[in-house]
Amino acid sequence: MLQIRIHGRGGQGVVSAAEIISVAAFREGKHAQAFPSFGSERMGAPVMAFCRIDEREIRLREPIMTPDALIIQDPTLLHHVDLFQGLAADGYVLLNSGRSAEELGIDELFARVPRRHVCTLAASELAREHLGKPLPSGALLGGLAALTGWLQISSVQAALREKFAGISGERNAAAALAAFNRTRAKLAAQEGVHAQAD
Amino acid sequence: MSNTRVKFYQTGTFTVGNRLLDDSDRTVQSRPERTNSLNSGHRACQGCGEALGARYAIDAAMRAANNQLVAVNATGCLEVFSTPYPETSWQIPWLHSLFGNAPAVASGVAAALRAKGKKDTKVIAQGGDGGTVDIGFGCLSGMFERNDDVLYICYDNEAYMNTGVQRSGSTPAAAHTATTQAVGSQPGNPFGTGKSIPLIAMAHGIPYVATASVADLHDLEAKVTKAMGVTGARYVHVHVPCPLGWGCDPSYTLKVARLAVESGLFPLFEAEYGEVVARTPIRRLIKVDEYLKLQRRFQHLFGEPGQPAVIAAIQAQAERNIKRFGLVEKGEAK
Amino acid sequence: MLKQIEGSQAMAAAIAMCRPEVISCYPITPQTHIVEALSAMTKRGELGSCQFINVESEFAALSVLIGASATGARSYTATSSQGLLFMAEAVYNAAGLGLPIVMTIGNRALGAPINIWNDHSDSMSMRDAGWIQLHAESNQEAVDLHLQAFRLAEELSCPVMVCVDGFILTHAYERVDLPTQEQVDAYLPPYDPVQVLDPAEPVSIGAMVGPEAFAEVRYLAHHKQLRALELLPRLAEEFAHGFGRSSGGLLSEYRTADAETIVIALGSVNGTIKDTVDELRDTGMAIGAVKLCSFRPFPLAAVRAALQKAKRVIVIEKDLAVGLGGIVASNVRMALRGLPVAVHTVIAGLGGRAITKVSLRRVFTEVHAQSESFAEPHFLDLNWQVVEKELARQAEQRRAGPTAENVLRQVNAIGTRVH
Repeated sequence: MLQIRIHGRGGQGVVSAAEIISVAAFREGKHAQAFPSFGSERMGAPVMAFCRIDEREIRLREPIMTPDALIIQDPTLLHHVDLFQGLAADGYVLLNSGRSAEELGIDELFARVPRRHVCTLAASELAREHLGKPLPSGALLGGLAALTGWLQISSVQAALREKFAGISGERNAAAALAAFNRTRAKLAAQEGVHAQAD
Repeated sequence: MSNTRVKFYQTGTFTVGNRLLDDSDRTVQSRPERTNSLNSGHRACQGCGEALGARYAIDAAMRAANNQLVAVNATGCLEVFSTPYPETSWQIPWLHSLFGNAPAVASGVAAALRAKGKKDTKVIAQGGDGGTVDIGFGCLSGMFERNDDVLYICYDNEAYMNTGVQRSGSTPAAAHTATTQAVGSQPGNPFGTGKSIPLIAMAHGIPYVATASVADLHDLEAKVTKAMGVTGARYVHVHVPCPLGWGCDPSYTLKVARLAVESGLFPLFEAEYGEVVARTPIRRLIKVDEYLKLQRRFQHLFGEPGQPAVIAAIQAQAERNIKRFGLVEKGEAK
Repeated sequence: MLKQIEGSQAMAAAIAMCRPEVISCYPITPQTHIVEALSAMTKRGELGSCQFINVESEFAALSVLIGASATGARSYTATSSQGLLFMAEAVYNAAGLGLPIVMTIGNRALGAPINIWNDHSDSMSMRDAGWIQLHAESNQEAVDLHLQAFRLAEELSCPVMVCVDGFILTHAYERVDLPTQEQVDAYLPPYDPVQVLDPAEPVSIGAMVGPEAFAEVRYLAHHKQLRALELLPRLAEEFAHGFGRSSGGLLSEYRTADAETIVIALGSVNGTIKDTVDELRDTGMAIGAVKLCSFRPFPLAAVRAALQKAKRVIVIEKDLAVGLGGIVASNVRMALRGLPVAVHTVIAGLGGRAITKVSLRRVFTEVHAQSESFAEPHFLDLNWQVVEKELARQAEQRRAGPTAENVLRQVNAIGTRVH
């Protein structure tokens, strides 16, 4: 079972993001369970959403305590909420930011998970480019697909088109693909750097 | 010798019987083919205004609806005396659910009939003042606001009679009830309380609102018949004396009802979509004393020294009604 | 057809296929998505002549259905928590009148203190009103139980509550196999009422019944629920044939064959329990689980049969009988009377507190090891420090202030926590 936890603020599409991951997984014939953290949601308040993916029926009904991947939609939550609580030893972290992981000051993370599992992505900027609005979920999901390899980018795009009708779906799908390619490239470059450093 | 057309005012009473009227002016009750929807054998008190009002109202409604009628009844006198287990006086389909939900239940019946395409079956909800003005108020307002196709008839005897004469939101000022006793420095129901559901119904803008009284049964039937010809939420508020609760002679029910109308305390009017469109003028205006003194619930206002100030205040209420609804035509002798 | 869908949407789709004729709606978290979806479907004309009525309170919502059902219309609404209490008078009235109304309860805690999250206190408050109460373990079962509920309600002339954990199921996206209209029509025939308001054959419904007949009328209501004990498994079997999967029934067993310790619970927590059972079975523990679906009628015989072979039973329940302890546990004890089976009550998940595999595993292990220190009832993951501190504060001063606010202050509830 794969467990993904998404952190953000109310109004940023955190809940939708979890739902879209579940739809993408469903399209690949997997079982998926997505649900929000059920806090007193209001615009700007910290929120969480969860998604589990498995080959078989998912029966577990608790919040995700030991995520295999984290998506941080809003970096202002860093150092404010314990976003990395329970992160698995080989977990992935995708942060919505134009800065690097080092610049964000989350070095302690590198001791916990492999460096190549941590990636930043300027998703809000990509979203502004493709959607005209800084709603980063679509791009982040493209980034997640690239970072983890758990989902085909085509499944993510199809799920985005299902969730957002018409032109909005197309734009989100485009943002996701752009994010996917950029993240792929970034990871390859990182790999290259590390190979050199060895 | 020429024939003079005589205008009868008090029709349907012992003064002028139905047999002297044109067929079209006769009451439904006077006809052999009346449905007797509220059949005899019910357990109402002697002189019960509500039983009288209900009988006239429902039979008129049945006639208007070609006998395709369903009635929903709130808990109260009418419900209790008409269905003494294991008997029922109702000859029509009849449902009693709870005290406070008759309007909502009737809305449900109407919805079901609509869902089933039964356009010709009509729905009536009925209750006393307690079930309408107080505990059923929320549901009544909802029914009005949605403009559900229901005629709601309230039989107002101005207190919770079935449970032993307790004060309701319809109890008039100064009246003695079991919970507003005629004791202390301000005996009876306090002034400045109470609500007028007819006015509240008008505020909802529903297609038809009317007040009626068992004092004028022709008028009651006419108003119910008119209401039955309208679609949407309709409300008829009927003044029904309760000899037991009001402390008046059971043979005086119609007289007391008439005095309430003639004093101006119970105005008779009709309204459509929030505007008064008709009123019944008072032909023989009386002082409220004539009405009040026949009822033991007001007896503390009389005698030595009595409560002349209170009676004056009640008189002022009557005069406000007269002014507001234009109940006395200019130039009418008092 | 398989869909990845929000629980509420799946339920709405299933209810729509049941061809309801009157739906009343009053919003309350967390059931509202269901009625919103039905509202849209009705407005788009997808439900034929179905009437969707927006009412002014939950009391009105059920009252409207009482009128509609008595007029022969298939009637539906949904509510939760405070809404269920607000319609309490009508809940008893509908059962007493024998009207086959189906109502979804999006299980949510009852206040005070006000709480929007899941537990079973709401449906528990109405457990003896005469409604049949069925609990869904998953959104698939939630869909399936609604179909069975209409069938059951109309065959017995008894209202049915389908209980679905608020947020946990209602707001979860998961894979659901939605039936086709043909499948539903084959399973659920048109409503044929036992009593109906019809000018052609007038009847009076809702008379006052005095001491001379009341007891008999009440016994007949009890008898009706006892009939449901036979009908529920039959309908579930028929369902399995028509739809190709097991759903509903009185209860179902999981790895109980040689179990020494058996866990029993209502609703979605059964999923977490099964995962925990599997983990413990891997360590060699002889543990199993019973998922109870029908809470009313309480299947005394079936529960006894399922649990009697165990040495001990753990009841996981999301409710609290204040001043007593467990509600489900009391019912389970009744089923096991006379047998040497130890019943342990675990009160968990109140007000939406997460029930974790880790905590369950700890409790199951402790009980299985017959630990004497196991409190009865056991309050899972209760913060005793907070409780003791508050009790001390209250002992100190008369004007201690509102309890809830003081506890919140202690717990410092700001920002997000995982659980």
